[in-house]
Amino acid sequence: MLGPEAVGSFARRHRYHPLEALPWLVAVAAYFAFPTYVPLGAQILATILFALSADLVLGYAGIVTLGQAAFFGAGAYTAGLLATHGWGEPITGLLAGAAVAALIGLLSGLVILRTTGLTLLMLTLVVASMLYEAVNKASWLTGGDDGLQGMEVWPIFGRFRFDLFGNTAYLYCLIVLFLCWLAVRRLVHSPFGRSLVGIRENVRRMHAIGAPVGGRRLVVYTISAALAGISGALIAQTTQFVALSFLGLDRSGTVLIMLIIGGVGRLYGAFIGVPLYMIAQDRFSTIDPVYWFFWIGLLMVLLVVFARGGVLGLAERLQSRVRSRR
Amino acid sequence: MSPPVLETRGLTKSFGALAVANMIDFRLERGARHALIGPNGAGKTSFVELVTGGLPPNAGHILVEGAEITRLPQAARVKRGLVRTFQITALFRGLNILENVTLAICERRGIGGRLFRPAGRYRAAIEEAFALVERLGLADEALRPVNTLAYGRQRLVEIAVALALTPKVLLLDEPAAGVPSGESGTIIDVIESLPLDIALLIIEHDMDLVFRLAQRITVMVQGSILVEGPPEAIAADPEVRRVYLGERKPA
Repeated sequence: MLGPEAVGSFARRHRYHPLEALPWLVAVAAYFAFPTYVPLGAQILATILFALSADLVLGYAGIVTLGQAAFFGAGAYTAGLLATHGWGEPITGLLAGAAVAALIGLLSGLVILRTTGLTLLMLTLVVASMLYEAVNKASWLTGGDDGLQGMEVWPIFGRFRFDLFGNTAYLYCLIVLFLCWLAVRRLVHSPFGRSLVGIRENVRRMHAIGAPVGGRRLVVYTISAALAGISGALIAQTTQFVALSFLGLDRSGTVLIMLIIGGVGRLYGAFIGVPLYMIAQDRFSTIDPVYWFFWIGLLMVLLVVFARGGVLGLAERLQSRVRSRR
Repeated sequence: MSPPVLETRGLTKSFGALAVANMIDFRLERGARHALIGPNGAGKTSFVELVTGGLPPNAGHILVEGAEITRLPQAARVKRGLVRTFQITALFRGLNILENVTLAICERRGIGGRLFRPAGRYRAAIEEAFALVERLGLADEALRPVNTLAYGRQRLVEIAVALALTPKVLLLDEPAAGVPSGESGTIIDVIESLPLDIALLIIEHDMDLVFRLAQRITVMVQGSILVEGPPEAIAADPEVRRVYLGERKPA
């Protein structure tokens, strides 16, 4: 292979592919096509951001976590508390949610990221559980088990009121998700993002080429926490409610399932797994209100057995099979 | 006289009763072609781990160009030019050759932590990586994931990644291990053609390779240095023949 050719193909990799417009076209089309599902759509969009934050730590840096809900909940409670205490401005609410979540990510990361593997997994769980109990105990402030009620979210930019049909909420979530996706996409294509892949692929080698592995992991953990915080704040603002379950293990686990369904470490896994899961959940729970979780479980088993790497992994294999036949 | 490029003084490490390094005094001169040999379990790889910072020693000192580095983390030692390869290939398996080398170059240039500009825009780094890949004869496969390469080629990538860090001292941990004999020639050629400002410490079981490349040989047994000297002296040493060479074909 010629030098300029190889270097060029490497140097062009961060450019946009036409297929990358697809999720956004679908999101806009869905808004017009299914007006009654717009509120669910807003939830899906905000949850995609949550799954994207998990993909950054799990899929790129290889940090296995069961505590991502801690940051989601921290963002939600921050935005929620601001809105119940007389500051309902949504954008600053999002930013405050991101800041608080990032701070918790940074401080907990400083301690727990010294470990790896199973120990780290347990410690992420511990951090989330501690936060859960702290919020539960502080019921005078947070409403404890009853959740945080009485949020008053102001119109966006003082103009766009959150309406009953969820139209504003949908577009708000869509725009925030789009901006965050742009940032994450930039991040994973940067040298920093590539070094995260290096850490995931072979941490010993990363040490051996002189990379400050601990620092890199802490930075990505903090950024991921901030994104999860924005996602939580989005859901709090658009539903005007924060439940204690936002901080629960259930949520941390579910987001991983959604991500695995879509495909981990591929940036677009969240865009496929989250809608699939949440729409399936919506459908199954209508058809079979008691046993719907069974069907989700069955779907999960089938995916793990027959489609490792999730839907995107499956697509990649089909693509390479088609190519090799030519 | 300038200090040796790498030196250890009384380097000691033990796991319980097992001493993997016992008071090791070792000097690697500038531009040296030095081999470290010894039977399995002699502590050769542990010595590499100690020197590069993968294992903390119990006692002793490690110096690079006369400066103490015993307590420095691994990354800081790499910045001082202390670079290793792995006995069992340790590459970024899913990534292609060019990217494996580029990651190392980015770290050396201090741009590995940049957050926003796409990696593809750091063209000089990629071009430098490609030049190195080409120099080692890997250009044809530059865009192939390393886990699809023949093992001998993977060993070359291992060396390419190390060279990307512009080492002063290069510790080659069994560079030809596991490579079919037909392909080990390429690896030997590459090692022979390395610039003389890199001091090499080669750990190897393949005696052909050792006696072809090394100007000095250190023999380790059970965590201690048994003897050190030029190849002829080592080959003639009765003690060495007994513990080590005698088990194999004479060199």
